Amino acid sequence: MMLRHLSEKKRVLAVRSKAFQSVRDFFVARGFLEVETPIRIPTPALELHIDAEPSAGMYLRTSPELHMKRLVAAGYEKVFQIGACFRHGERGDLHNPEYTMLEWYRAGANYIDVLADTKALMAHVMKDISGGLTLTYKGISIEMLPLWDRMTVDDAFILHAGWDPVKNFNADRFDLDLVEKVEPNFPKNRPIVLMDYPTRAAALSRCKKDHPEIAERWELYIGGIEIANAFSELTDPVEQRNRFMECAGERREMGREVYALDEPFLSALEAGMPECAGVALGLDRLVMLLTDSPRIDDVRAFCARESGNDT
Amino acid sequence: MAMFARSVTARLSAPWRRNMYCASDLRKGLRVEIDGAPYLITEFNFKKPGKGQGLYECKFKNLVNGTTMQRTYRDNAELGEPKLEEKKLRYSYADGDRYVFHDESYNEVDVSAETLGDRKYFLVEDIEVNILYHNGIAIDIQLPNFVEKAVVHTEPGVRGDTATNVLKPATVTGGYEIRVPLFVNEGDVIRIDTRNGEYLDRVSKK
Repeated sequence: MMLRHLSEKKRVLAVRSKAFQSVRDFFVARGFLEVETPIRIPTPALELHIDAEPSAGMYLRTSPELHMKRLVAAGYEKVFQIGACFRHGERGDLHNPEYTMLEWYRAGANYIDVLADTKALMAHVMKDISGGLTLTYKGISIEMLPLWDRMTVDDAFILHAGWDPVKNFNADRFDLDLVEKVEPNFPKNRPIVLMDYPTRAAALSRCKKDHPEIAERWELYIGGIEIANAFSELTDPVEQRNRFMECAGERREMGREVYALDEPFLSALEAGMPECAGVALGLDRLVMLLTDSPRIDDVRAFCARESGNDT
Repeated sequence: MAMFARSVTARLSAPWRRNMYCASDLRKGLRVEIDGAPYLITEFNFKKPGKGQGLYECKFKNLVNGTTMQRTYRDNAELGEPKLEEKKLRYSYADGDRYVFHDESYNEVDVSAETLGDRKYFLVEDIEVNILYHNGIAIDIQLPNFVEKAVVHTEPGVRGDTATNVLKPATVTGGYEIRVPLFVNEGDVIRIDTRNGEYLDRVSKK
């Protein structure tokens, strides 16, 4: 039994290594620069529901986002990074408090342009790993066809939850209904892109022209797993500062730690940031799909042991 | 088998410090109190939509009546810690519907027939049991996995019928009716599995 378990883990870690190499090949071939940004940082990005792990007077990054955007502002037009991120208290079948993120940014692009990157990346990695565009996850065959279903957040909520979060945003109901009513109705046999989020649910994202209530953000779901998040990045320093301040106020009201504003990031926006778009993709979850593994623990060599579900 | 009982007669007083669990404490196997009743978390999953709040999906089993339910909690959830206490006691005697146990100091504790359910048939004098209390009230009893009982009545096995799986009815001390192999006779002592109420083996012949 133990031997079988170990050999299964070896198989998965071999696919993981190959997939990481495939991701690197993909971006390098397209002229992206692989970068590393600090893992231990003075202040994490302000997000309403993301808590950072303290690290001796500093913090472990919850995402490389703000440093990556500073590179874009400094003139690096296409950058990508693979690295560890840390989120306090996140532990479940799809969450480990330390996990591996792929992020890439493209100057002069919007969220639809980087959706094209994502499709090409998925096809590239699948060809390297399995030789085809079909994968089987939890008994369901998933076709990675070039055309992906797109659904706007308001359509998805009106259809499956019976209300429109873009017109009347309700933060509390939004997350609960997304998980309990909307996501379970997504097709499992093909990718689906949920897009155009209420601005209130996208702190770092640019709004649609003439529609300040809608943010240019998408989330990609494959096999029911949320695998990537993308924005047309917010480049307006005044609006960004306001959104951070608003988030800080909400965190204070919720009794959560309020992180200082990332002033070097805001200065970079003030100095001039080109239009750009970026994607954050959970590599552990990608490996889960590629290896038909139900839990994030299955695809990492080591995992946190703080959940009662650990066996 | 009804693992948990509905009613109560036994009370113990126990010093207790009350704690609250927050959402991030929730996990499989944790026992919590909801609307005054103790529950066991039988399944747990953490979910968090991108940029959204953490959601804590729990399936529960009611420790008093065995019913199950599912609830999803948010980050700000608070659940009480149930005042549960386990005590090892020994069985003394039955007095009508009262079943009397005693602790090491020979203090007597009553458990009702209702709480015991079918397990009342498996009580043997001086066996050690675990009793689970909620707010000082006995809600469940755990017996040893095996108890020994003498057969007080059974018909003799039919000669020549040697098929191994053939069973016949028998009654053991305390009135429990059980199916035993043909070779078991009145006066034999048999071992019973208290988890399913079935015959396990014969311990001694008359």
